[in-house]
Amino acid sequence: MMAMPKATLKSKTGAKSKPNARSKASAAKLPKTAPRATDAKAPDANAADGKPAKPTTTISAVEMGTRQREISVSEFFTKNRHLLGFDNPRKALLTCVKEAVDNALDAAEEAGILPDVLVNVEVAVANGAPPPPPSQATRFRVTVIDNGPGIVRQQIPPIFAKLLYGSKFHRLRMSRGQQGIGISAAGMYAQLTTGKPVQITSRIGARAAAHYFEVQIDTKKNEPRIVENKKIDWEHQRGTQVAMEIDGRYQKGRASVDEYLEQVAIANPHVQLVYRTPEGETREYPRTIQELPPQPREIKPHPYGIEFGILLRMLHDTKSHTLAGFLAADFSRVSSAVAQEICGTAKLSPSTKPRNIHGADAEAIYKAIQSTKIMAPPSNCISPIGEKAILHGLYRQIKGDFYTAVTRPPSVYRGNPFIIEAGLAFGRGPDQAAETPEAPAVPLAEGEQQDDDNELARVIRYANRVPLLYQQSACATFKSVLETTWRNYGVVQSRGALPAGPMVVFVHMASVWVPFTSESKEAIADYDEIRKEIRLALQECGRRLGVFLRKRERAKSEFRRRNIFELYIEEVVEACARLKGGKLPKEKLKNQLQKIALKRTGGAKTDEILGHESGPEGLPHSIIVTPEGTEGEAPVLPGAEPSNGGPPEEVTPSKETAKAAKRKTKRKKR
Amino acid sequence: MAKAAAKKLGPVEKKLVGVADTVITAADRGKDPALSIPVRSLANINFNEKRGIIEMGKRKQERTLFNVGMAKKFMQTVLVADALAELQRANLTTSLREIYYRTKHTMKDSSENTFDGQNESDPLIEDLEVTLTALREELHVRAENAGSIVGPVVLTDDGDRVDCARLGKGGYSVPSIVEPEFIQIRRCTADFVLLVEKGTQWNRLSEDKFWRRYNCVLLTGNGQPPRGVRRLARRLHEEHGLPVYVLVDNDPWGYYIYSVVKQGSINLAFESERMAIPKAKFIGLSSSDPDTYGLPRNVGIKLNDKDIGRAKELIKYRWFQKKPWQEEIKRMLASGLKYELDALANKDFRYLTKTYLPKKLKDRDWLD
Repeated sequence: MMAMPKATLKSKTGAKSKPNARSKASAAKLPKTAPRATDAKAPDANAADGKPAKPTTTISAVEMGTRQREISVSEFFTKNRHLLGFDNPRKALLTCVKEAVDNALDAAEEAGILPDVLVNVEVAVANGAPPPPPSQATRFRVTVIDNGPGIVRQQIPPIFAKLLYGSKFHRLRMSRGQQGIGISAAGMYAQLTTGKPVQITSRIGARAAAHYFEVQIDTKKNEPRIVENKKIDWEHQRGTQVAMEIDGRYQKGRASVDEYLEQVAIANPHVQLVYRTPEGETREYPRTIQELPPQPREIKPHPYGIEFGILLRMLHDTKSHTLAGFLAADFSRVSSAVAQEICGTAKLSPSTKPRNIHGADAEAIYKAIQSTKIMAPPSNCISPIGEKAILHGLYRQIKGDFYTAVTRPPSVYRGNPFIIEAGLAFGRGPDQAAETPEAPAVPLAEGEQQDDDNELARVIRYANRVPLLYQQSACATFKSVLETTWRNYGVVQSRGALPAGPMVVFVHMASVWVPFTSESKEAIADYDEIRKEIRLALQECGRRLGVFLRKRERAKSEFRRRNIFELYIEEVVEACARLKGGKLPKEKLKNQLQKIALKRTGGAKTDEILGHESGPEGLPHSIIVTPEGTEGEAPVLPGAEPSNGGPPEEVTPSKETAKAAKRKTKRKKR
Repeated sequence: MAKAAAKKLGPVEKKLVGVADTVITAADRGKDPALSIPVRSLANINFNEKRGIIEMGKRKQERTLFNVGMAKKFMQTVLVADALAELQRANLTTSLREIYYRTKHTMKDSSENTFDGQNESDPLIEDLEVTLTALREELHVRAENAGSIVGPVVLTDDGDRVDCARLGKGGYSVPSIVEPEFIQIRRCTADFVLLVEKGTQWNRLSEDKFWRRYNCVLLTGNGQPPRGVRRLARRLHEEHGLPVYVLVDNDPWGYYIYSVVKQGSINLAFESERMAIPKAKFIGLSSSDPDTYGLPRNVGIKLNDKDIGRAKELIKYRWFQKKPWQEEIKRMLASGLKYELDALANKDFRYLTKTYLPKKLKDRDWLD
């Protein structure tokens, strides 16, 4: 790591110098003592280390017992910060931004507020030295301001400076954060690398005062330590601002802060996002959907997803007085009839006291639950992004010719409901295609191909609307993209590789509990049920893409066909003329052949057929962009397309609609 | 005028110009120009049992210009015909690869090439051979010299006298075109022709002067014998009445090489007429030889899936229906092993020369 954390450095040197000083001092006091003994006394902190004279002495269990002590979560994660996404400075910067933004969005959405988020990343200067250019800088100040509900005063310190403190862990409800680690871990990292406390300003309404806090985390106790606390004037009426200074590196490209925020904007078109880059650029991602996604509800755990140990705990903790009551009240989808059935299968009286169920009886219940037929958990605890919104997001952020989106019906893994959504953006967009006209015809050598285009598709992955940027290949979504046979849909794909072509594949998993492979939430674990749903979603996207590509290919091939004939006629005529020893009226032959060619390819008739072929409206939830305009769903044409029974669609500013209409007329003309 | 021009043309050139005429006539009538090309595949061949050769069937395929699937091929065919006509006029011979380069260029206003690889032009030459019933030699296309001959034969090549008995171990390299216009057989005192599949075994026999002792001509084609070698064997057989014996590895490919020499190949069935030697005999290695000559099992090679598949195909070919052949192939499949000629060295370096062939010839132990 480049930047050695200063705080650590200091304490290290301190630790080193101390024993030296002390041994000198003791040496001065007891000049006659053997140096060995002096040394032994020096590190007095570890009494157990005594008796260095007899190093072979075995250590007794009592002595070992004195060394055992509790480890606080904070200490654990200080040592293992890579588990939380702070493995290198570049990733650390991203993780800090990510945690702050996730919290901001979660809070605003839960409070029913359309989120407005400002992200400011700037180069921090250590001691008044001139700031280095962003690409060279090693220290950054990250500020995230939201318009959320704010945080009440007492809660500010633990939220930002206590690990595993939060509202989201204990409930089953879809949210970005899950564990209550993220933002405090970011603060801890800041503290570790720059020694600066996290600065929080929060205000819960126009009438309340804004509170300003500076907090640090006491890693030994995992408790917040308030450095500063005061009321201040704040220009925002409501919301939270969190700022921290960290060691980091700013780089663009893959897995960068820039990419992260761009992807946030794709999956969250209801968010207004402003991003000030370290280079001073301001990027605005305006809100395109003026409506919050439906509030996900909190649900109780589904019996199928419960492990035995958890069942025991729940039996112990329940407020119900009977077993049947416990089952019906503490689980989702367990009616009293089902509860009776479970009790019957387990051969236990429904009126047994839950607290009295132990050992074999508990196991019987556990088994009975597994063997009883119980309805799948309700899915209103999940709020998918929605096909419309995905289309909006992709269309706005990614240039392409074709967009589509699929939201799968809810499904269940381990008793947790989830929804998979997939989207696709294909092509380079008409602007870019126009910018790079046909490359000048260079004669091709043997083995060279007409289009040496090796670009592979890009997969953008989301879990509960949060972009996942690392550990792509470990992620179930990525594996499913590889698994899908894109060749069936007219896309090139080598064995075991991503499909090739200018394509972005979007996959989103929404669930009350997204199974991540690690605490840093980088990859979705590989459950068969999840894989299957992703595959089905991707296949549907692929199928639509296939229809689009085939159609486009047909038009192209017809065009090419005529071109080819023209080219070949030229060649054939030349060769014939040479064969005939130059005695051939070339022009005449050429004209004759061209006439036949035109007749054969159907001429104007073909154009008409191609132009009026059942349009891309036949594809649900797709957008097709042609040089003439856009067609499909982004510009909502009321009633113009088969609705999938999705949520009522609101009409977006009709600039695009007009465009589409224009395109339609043009199409007919062609 | 047309007549006067036609008079000057050689017969082959006339046929090639015919391709251009097809196009012109069709264009005049407002029709899609089409070439009828005989199909070169197993489905379109007949085995003429009486004559003992493979003959081409009557099935033809239309290749038309105004069909997207065939347009390019049609254009390419015309280009190849043009290049071949150029050879005729200049009286040059050339290789397949040179034809490819000669006809390759980028088409006007595009980045598309007339040919992307030689694999596109080679079959077209064969197409033209069958369509125009002109032999490759007549089209002045030659292959690499891939064969050798040694023995009591005297040839004339480009006016040079070549005595194949005085060319050391290396022998004379058989050119790909051995038609009487190019090569004449002046004298031949041999008793038979031994056509060996492998160059290494040919070298063995040549080094041991086997041909002198048994008064024969040694020929090899280094694998599948090229047309020059096959044609030369046929000429020795036809013009000097020499019986031809074929010595190949004991594997399906060896059997097929023998059958090509004897009955002709499937791909170029139309050439059997000139190439096939229906009286050629299969002298070895037979699947019964390991037993007869006490070859140990450990010098065999396990048949792989490809070998087995190929053997099962061969067993169905009409020209392998004779009982001894069915037994021969079944025996190989049953043993699951194939043997190389080289394996004979396991007994002695000169086992082939000193024991194997003499015994075979003495016992007249061959398959027909």
